[in-house]
Amino acid sequence: MLDERSKHLRRQIIRALVGGGRGHVGPSFSLVEIMRVLYDDVIRPEDIVILSKGHGCLAQYVMLVEKGLIDASELDRFCRAGALLGGHPEHHVPGIAVSTGSLGHGLSLGIGFALAHRTRRVFVVVGDGEINEGSIWEAALCAGKHKLGNLTVIIDYNKRQSYGTVAEVQPLEPLKEKWQTFGFRVREFNGHDVQALRKWLPKWWNIRPHAMICHTIKGKGVAEIENHPFWHHKDNFTAEDGARLTAALDA
Amino acid sequence: MRKTCLRMVYELAKQDERIVFIGSDLGAGVMEDFKREMPDRFFMEGIGEANMVGMAAGMALSGKIVYCHTIATFLTRRAFEQVCIDVGLHHANVRLIGAGGGSVYAPLGPTHLAVDDIALMRTIPGMTILSPCDAGEMERLMPSTVNHEGPMYIRLGKGGDPPVGSHYCRTDAKILVMSTGTATQIAYGAWEVLKERVSLWHVPYLKPLDVDRLQGYVAGKSVIVTVEDHSIIGGLGSAVAEALLESGWSGKFKRIGYPDVFPSGYGTQDEMRARYGISVDHIVQTVKELRGITG
Repeated sequence: MLDERSKHLRRQIIRALVGGGRGHVGPSFSLVEIMRVLYDDVIRPEDIVILSKGHGCLAQYVMLVEKGLIDASELDRFCRAGALLGGHPEHHVPGIAVSTGSLGHGLSLGIGFALAHRTRRVFVVVGDGEINEGSIWEAALCAGKHKLGNLTVIIDYNKRQSYGTVAEVQPLEPLKEKWQTFGFRVREFNGHDVQALRKWLPKWWNIRPHAMICHTIKGKGVAEIENHPFWHHKDNFTAEDGARLTAALDA
Repeated sequence: MRKTCLRMVYELAKQDERIVFIGSDLGAGVMEDFKREMPDRFFMEGIGEANMVGMAAGMALSGKIVYCHTIATFLTRRAFEQVCIDVGLHHANVRLIGAGGGSVYAPLGPTHLAVDDIALMRTIPGMTILSPCDAGEMERLMPSTVNHEGPMYIRLGKGGDPPVGSHYCRTDAKILVMSTGTATQIAYGAWEVLKERVSLWHVPYLKPLDVDRLQGYVAGKSVIVTVEDHSIIGGLGSAVAEALLESGWSGKFKRIGYPDVFPSGYGTQDEMRARYGISVDHIVQTVKELRGITG
């Protein structure tokens, strides 16, 4: 069961989906608890969060609203002409370190941030589909070599990519062993479990980079959209859709 | 030119702690002094250009000035999206140093021929492109790369390029030959044959192109010939043609460079260039033909 804060954050995402009339629904909903715990409990001002799976940006925007970095009214203009917030994060937005959207870029950028200042921690959130990209594994080799103990990659493992299941499109298993072999210290847990996230997201440096395999559900929180490929990205997201999803969330 | 460029990175890094060097898998012993004296700022990251460029951008966005070096084709073709987005979109202070710009690697075949590197880099908003003609010019221009705001692509020619006599030979002739990079050595060879029958202007900054200066130099000229060790698509010739047409200049215009093909045939760089008309003889012949037209 989602607690009130997790529901509130999803309602805010729905507000932006209605505001923009579109957006990535499933990929944002699977990320909510990860982003929530990062911003609420883990990061300090000098730390860096890179949402490498940029299409999950709504889950980051709502946290930036929570932290007072952007005004909530910006959610209502999401993706509209001249808006601050678009369909992928951009570095001109307060609280966004780098622009992402093309997949497979964030981990290398994160290595650069982590190497430049070893005393700050860098969290890079990647999607499971995203780690099909070869550049992710170039970066994994590099992070392992540098023993970047201030770098954490968080994998939103919702088991579904755009076309179908990860198992069908490009299987990743054994995923834990893959990251371990590249030199990462790996934790694997339920990515909607706020207590587990609080417990395992690293607050201190280590001698090796971390990989957090977060088992999640695409569209988590609303039965109608959970694991439904139709809800990966929605083009005509109406106020009725918003009302229906909000009601389902509270049910 | 490469040696001079890398020596300058070392010299500049000794004076400025923000400077970081990242290479891919460069030749044994490259930058040994840098590695020994400034190990915390020296990175050799293996054959993974996408990661190297992304990492360079991350460092630059953390306040470093990052000199990032490998073979030109792998920087500009292989890692294009990282260069465009991670470096370009963030206007990051990364200096991409491309070895073997043009047809330096002629004997190694088309995978190593960077005859489209300028074209690719020109499409990235805010990318400055530096294409010196010899080691002397490289040495003079490198200090300006430290405090430059935003990304740069620095195009290297061959190791022991001979120095060019002069970068600008102004005459009253109606014909202007423009060149960039080590092709200026060939253009200067042609100028030595033609002397007062042509003016010669070497252009080290391809982007932004100094359009005001260009307009001043072409005033009174009726023929312009561009020479480059690059495809005629998207390089110096294209940049000059675009600027000239929009400035209202009219006259005869000819680009000398690689045509719209993957250059083939191996041999030395000079042999390959000559095969495609990038030679003193061909420039002289072209100028004479165009001069005949203009009288």
